[in-house]
Amino acid sequence: MEPRASAASSTPASAGGAAKALAKGAAKVPAPRSALFRSTAFRLTLLYMGVFAIFAAFALGYVAWNARSLIEDQIRQTIDAEITGLSEQFRQGGIRRLVTVIEQRARGPGASLYLVTTPFGERLAGNVEQVPVGLLDRAGESEIPFSRNGEEQPAARPAVAIVRVYLLPAGFRVLVGRDASERDRLRAVVRRAGGWSLGVVLVLGVLGGFVIARRILKRVDAMSATTLSIMSSDLKDRLPLAGNGDELDRLAGNLNTMLDRITVLMGGIRQVSDTIAHDLKTPLTRLRNRAEEALRPTATPDDMRRALEGVTDDADNLIRVFNALLMIARLEAGQAREVMAPFDASAAAEGVAELYEALAEEAGASFTCAIAPGITAHGNRELVGQALSNMIDNALKYGSPAAGGAPTIAFGIARDGANVVFSVSDHGPGIPPDQHSRALERFGRLDSSRSQPGFGLGLSLVRAVAQIHDGTLDLKDNAPGLSVVLSIPAARASGEPDGR
Amino acid sequence: MRLLIIEDDSDSAIYLVKAFREEGHVADHAADGLTGYAMAEGGGYDVLVVDRMLPRMDGLSLIRSLRAQNDTTPVLILSALGQVDDRVKGLRAGGDDYLPKPYAFSELLARVEVLSRRRAAAASAEPTHYKVADLELDRLTRKVTRAGEDIALQPREFRLLEYLMRNAGQVVTRTMLLENVWDYHFDPQTNVIDVHVSRLRAKLDKGQAVPLLQTVRGAGYSLRVEAR
Repeated sequence: MEPRASAASSTPASAGGAAKALAKGAAKVPAPRSALFRSTAFRLTLLYMGVFAIFAAFALGYVAWNARSLIEDQIRQTIDAEITGLSEQFRQGGIRRLVTVIEQRARGPGASLYLVTTPFGERLAGNVEQVPVGLLDRAGESEIPFSRNGEEQPAARPAVAIVRVYLLPAGFRVLVGRDASERDRLRAVVRRAGGWSLGVVLVLGVLGGFVIARRILKRVDAMSATTLSIMSSDLKDRLPLAGNGDELDRLAGNLNTMLDRITVLMGGIRQVSDTIAHDLKTPLTRLRNRAEEALRPTATPDDMRRALEGVTDDADNLIRVFNALLMIARLEAGQAREVMAPFDASAAAEGVAELYEALAEEAGASFTCAIAPGITAHGNRELVGQALSNMIDNALKYGSPAAGGAPTIAFGIARDGANVVFSVSDHGPGIPPDQHSRALERFGRLDSSRSQPGFGLGLSLVRAVAQIHDGTLDLKDNAPGLSVVLSIPAARASGEPDGR
Repeated sequence: MRLLIIEDDSDSAIYLVKAFREEGHVADHAADGLTGYAMAEGGGYDVLVVDRMLPRMDGLSLIRSLRAQNDTTPVLILSALGQVDDRVKGLRAGGDDYLPKPYAFSELLARVEVLSRRRAAAASAEPTHYKVADLELDRLTRKVTRAGEDIALQPREFRLLEYLMRNAGQVVTRTMLLENVWDYHFDPQTNVIDVHVSRLRAKLDKGQAVPLLQTVRGAGYSLRVEAR
């Protein structure tokens, strides 16, 4: 029984063991209910809620404070009016009249608080039982607990009144006050309202956060589940898009693009490793066979020498392939950018052309050059030289017309706008457009050329050179034949500022 | 010729020392950068062969330190990093030549011999006139004659012959020719150099009893009167 069977996972059976291990590892990340409360959406909602609660408390407090001062002002105005009235009565009718008026007023329902005393503190009239000691000695305003005559004293909280003491001529004292419980009631109302609104804010906030987080989490969870299943399978599936273009949709779209890129890269690696297996194992096998041949007991010294020479040749060839592979890899990783500088592209092309002219002539090929003078490119002369050499070498190897005979090769360099364009054209069998990209791949030899010498690295090296120069490599139909066009940036004139 | 090989891989060092001795040279070996530096400082070597990656002191620092002390002993850098920028760095540090690993011993030998000769020649001014047997080349008039007869050469053929004559008697490899005559360091993957040499040979040795431009099997070419 395979151990896989015991793993209670929702991942479908997969081909890639590594991908499965990855998916399993990722599945260990817990996604339980608590994830909801740890989610960003939920936290954000809580934060908003806090801010809102503070704002609400502030607004409520401000309103309450204003209402309170308004009430107190009203009370004071009433007291002032009463005192004015009472002192008028005293002025007109003396203490007797005052006592009469106060006794009248004090009887009414909801009456103010009154107390009149002699200069020695003896009570003459009024509806106030007790006042704190010494209150009546000084004129002025204060707050006191009070009880009216004959009213039961509430146990818990005595009523509070705002009172004012007024000294009449001849030393009589008048105390006028008003019940301030209205103010206290307001405070209670505000406190209650504050509590309620805080509660409502809390409940609504938590609920809202919960709902929003749920909604987002649901989609994110769906996305990570899909991602996991994609990782555990062969990367064929893609994330579904809601189509509304929101940020999660964009994220899913980008993830899909990334998956596409990974698929392409993995395909490339697979293809390269397949061809490495084939194209490098073949010469390695040949090398090994030769060595074994030399070791056979029947081998003569001459045989051995020949075998060893063959072994050296094979090793040299393998070294070449490895060098080319390493160079491509390093170029593709962008590791040669520091050696870029303006160089005389015309002279570089001339040198390469001159190098190959003799070879072409030897092979009976026609080799014509169109080299525009004085072109300066920005890049690396060595790399461009290598690329040109590969392009011409390619044409010499594969550019023979289908009908037979030697290749006709045209080599040229020209300035095209901001670019320097190198081209090598032949009238050979060419490459069908649908196979162009394949021809540029590493070891990407076309089946028709498999029988000929070469490793299929030439053009992919040229492409890597184009890439590192921020240039392009194009294969074009030369009708008939193939035209390979390498384009790299021209050097900026010395007067222009250097952007790098 | 006295050589100092500074290389930490003992197998290749032993092989190199043995191979150089078989060629009649005196070769010493240092297994790390500091020892190598101390030995090189002691002086008396014609050429240093320095591996780029060394324990205790890397190859480029070693070369820089030597150059800082006005030590002009020619240095050939061996490196597993064979890329364009590495070569540039190596030469900038003060190296005179650069050979990526893996290399053929014949290539190393040819380069080391040229380096040591160049040092001996550097003492005197570069001659304006070369002569090998009855072949003569004048660098000023750019005239080449064999047994008194003019030989017409293309400019590049002239440079090729000039390089061969400057190193007459030495073995020069195909890569050395590509580097010194065409100033390219890449791998041409074909026998381009052979074609150029055989064309030059046709012009030099055609109709002559004694061939001068020799092919050295497994190594390269040499301009000399064959010893036999």
